[in-house]
Amino acid sequence: MPHRLELIGITKRFPGVLANDNVSFSVKPGEIHALLGENGAGKSTLVKMIYGIMQPDAGEIVWDGQRTVIANPKAARALGIGMVFQHFSLFEALTVLENIALGMDAKIPARELEARIRAVMTQYGLLLDPHRTVATLSVGERQRIEIVRALLLDPKLLIMDEPTSVLTPQEVEQLFEVLRKLAAGGCSILYISHKLHEIKALCDTATILRGGKLVDTCDPKAETSRSMAEKMIGAGLKDIVRAPGRTMGAPKLVVSRLSTKKSGHFDVPVDGVSFTVKAGEIFGIAGVAGNGQNALLDALSGEILGEDKDAITIDGYPLGLLDTTGRRKHGLCAVPEERNGHAAVGDFSLSDNSILTARNRLHMVMLGLINSGAAKTYTGKVIADFAVKALGPGSTAGSLSGGNLQKFIMGREILQRPTVLVVSQPTWGVDAGAAAAIHQALVDLAAEGSAIVVISQDLDELLALCDTLAVINAGQLSEAQKVGEVSVEEIGLLMGGVHGTSEARDAIPA
Amino acid sequence: MEMLIPIIVTLVGAATPILIAALGELVAEKSGVLNLGVEGMMLVGAIAGFVAQFYTGNPYLALLCGAFAGAAVSLIFAFLTLSLSANQTATGLALTIFGTGLSALAGAPYSAKPIALMAPLFPDMLARDPFWRVLFGYSFPVYFSFFMVAAIWWFLKRTRTGLILRAVGENDHSAHSIGYSVVGVRYAAVVFGGAMAGIAGACFPLLLTPQWAESMTAGRGWIAVALVVFASWRPLRLLAGAYLFGLVMTMELYAKAGGGVLAIIPSELWAALPYLATIAVLVLISLRRDASTNAPACLGKPFMPAN
Repeated sequence: MPHRLELIGITKRFPGVLANDNVSFSVKPGEIHALLGENGAGKSTLVKMIYGIMQPDAGEIVWDGQRTVIANPKAARALGIGMVFQHFSLFEALTVLENIALGMDAKIPARELEARIRAVMTQYGLLLDPHRTVATLSVGERQRIEIVRALLLDPKLLIMDEPTSVLTPQEVEQLFEVLRKLAAGGCSILYISHKLHEIKALCDTATILRGGKLVDTCDPKAETSRSMAEKMIGAGLKDIVRAPGRTMGAPKLVVSRLSTKKSGHFDVPVDGVSFTVKAGEIFGIAGVAGNGQNALLDALSGEILGEDKDAITIDGYPLGLLDTTGRRKHGLCAVPEERNGHAAVGDFSLSDNSILTARNRLHMVMLGLINSGAAKTYTGKVIADFAVKALGPGSTAGSLSGGNLQKFIMGREILQRPTVLVVSQPTWGVDAGAAAAIHQALVDLAAEGSAIVVISQDLDELLALCDTLAVINAGQLSEAQKVGEVSVEEIGLLMGGVHGTSEARDAIPA
Repeated sequence: MEMLIPIIVTLVGAATPILIAALGELVAEKSGVLNLGVEGMMLVGAIAGFVAQFYTGNPYLALLCGAFAGAAVSLIFAFLTLSLSANQTATGLALTIFGTGLSALAGAPYSAKPIALMAPLFPDMLARDPFWRVLFGYSFPVYFSFFMVAAIWWFLKRTRTGLILRAVGENDHSAHSIGYSVVGVRYAAVVFGGAMAGIAGACFPLLLTPQWAESMTAGRGWIAVALVVFASWRPLRLLAGAYLFGLVMTMELYAKAGGGVLAIIPSELWAALPYLATIAVLVLISLRRDASTNAPACLGKPFMPAN
């Protein structure tokens, strides 16, 4: 039987970077093939060439034994290649049906399309009401729209680009069921991810890319997660180093019955959230995106002003009525999820960005005048300590890559030595090496006696980093539990809202 | 009853141009373009319609000329904001100032020269009947405006092209990545809005006052813009809103004519009422910031595709 897809010597060059260097591998019909690599390893570029978004500079693509040029995504779809992107291109205010109709190349009458959608949904157990507005759906449900859209074309190869980064463990398991069913029916699947245990559980073959080059093609079931990670990184993996015999101190941050008002239509407020973080403790808050994480971060940082002064206290001092500047003065620093435009001003220099949050704690402003020397020195220290790739304190924040900007922002807050640090998605879009550095910096800060709150959707990150874990669902926080005493399944159920609202439960197909 | 029929007839006359202009603006805004130049496009349409009527005496040709003139100036706006990604608010304001000046210049030789009003669409037997004229006594644009309410509702809700237009206004980058021409759709929507504003402008000399006067649309273009927000981008609510504003304007006329109880409030205040109402509506809607206002998510944002 010929290979479904074969890549021979694919090379793609961008100005200054060799994104893919002579990459060759093949995918058999019905095979689930993992494409593994760090950020910037060239996975996305490779996949974009298979889907016709980009053209290779050299090399050829062989489809079902025939040499092919895939000129554009439409041509790819005509061949039977479907793709589910990491970031969905959905229209929030339109219905599921309207969204799917917009993405179809053929004009199909609405009634017939609906019948076909329902048929595909029943066949694969992807339950969804075609007349719901997308804005009301969870991320997992939104992904189902994209999958249904791809399946309607009856694909022979389905490309999934980091599909599980936003799903709960249960949703991941359901997705895997769908993918296994598809593969059993003869559809090949190209599965892009950097989550090794998923690849071990799902994939038949794994192709590992590093720096644009193919490093290895292996059987993931015969490898260990660690051995694959080391191939991926190209070096030994650093573990988080914790000082032995660490003890936690007295409660630092005490949050009691913190609530916010609903401000926007699609916004989830927090409702009576209470928790305590001790000195030296890293407190993790897990949860699927859009369950009140943003409101919680804003309420803690002071962007949303509270009404109860005792809702947030540090060492017993009430902060509930203070604004962000006031809270920073009392030792509470925060890093929001959105890097560019929220945590940093893209058009400002790094130095000016330092002034924005560190001015009071590090005395960068005297009598209303900016001490730019102090700001430059501090920014230089952040760049050096956190290995930020930037020309210097004068480069604009917008000129940095996402991962580098994240390192800068984390460094800017950590080096202020805050009493309490609240961070959201500390390593989103950051490669494994930099993520390890950020994790280590957080652990070191905690070891010096700070209390740290980490809000993240990445459960692996939280389990590796935190001492205590709670789950936020529909704006409510679960009981805090010690990491190590709680199972992933238990957390997954909490993330899916099994203890709480009914909406998320409906999302799980029976 | 006898008192009521002339009031209704005046009301319909006042509401029609606002409704037509607002329908055009609604389509443009649904595609994500905020064109604040409605007033300017209406004035250009008004002078074009007047001149055509003055020389040819054919009111349908006059309406068509108004539509073309409105569409032509909207193309300037479209080129600046869509092709050159200029700021839509500033460009729209500039378009209003430009249209006001251009129409005044072009209309200067025609002041105090009368033209014929557009005749009713239906035969005299119906149109001049003391009672039935309340339904049949109007000229073409009035029926056209009602037809367009239904047509635009159907187009936006039921057709694939309408769906694409809404998609472009909702999430331009997604629409672009799927393969729709965002700029192309927006050009079409803006030019449609311009043509409707031009027709609305031509209604002033053809339906209301059969002569040319500088700035004769008297701010109705602004009311049309506010009305779109007031109606939450829904054509049927737009109809209701236009007649509500028309009613207030009719009251003003009756107050001026010394009509009984209405005269208690000075006519200047009546004249100011539609504009005060506009401000009040805009303030109310800004206060109610949830998405039930139904605003297109990309409204007023220039589209710049990545790479």
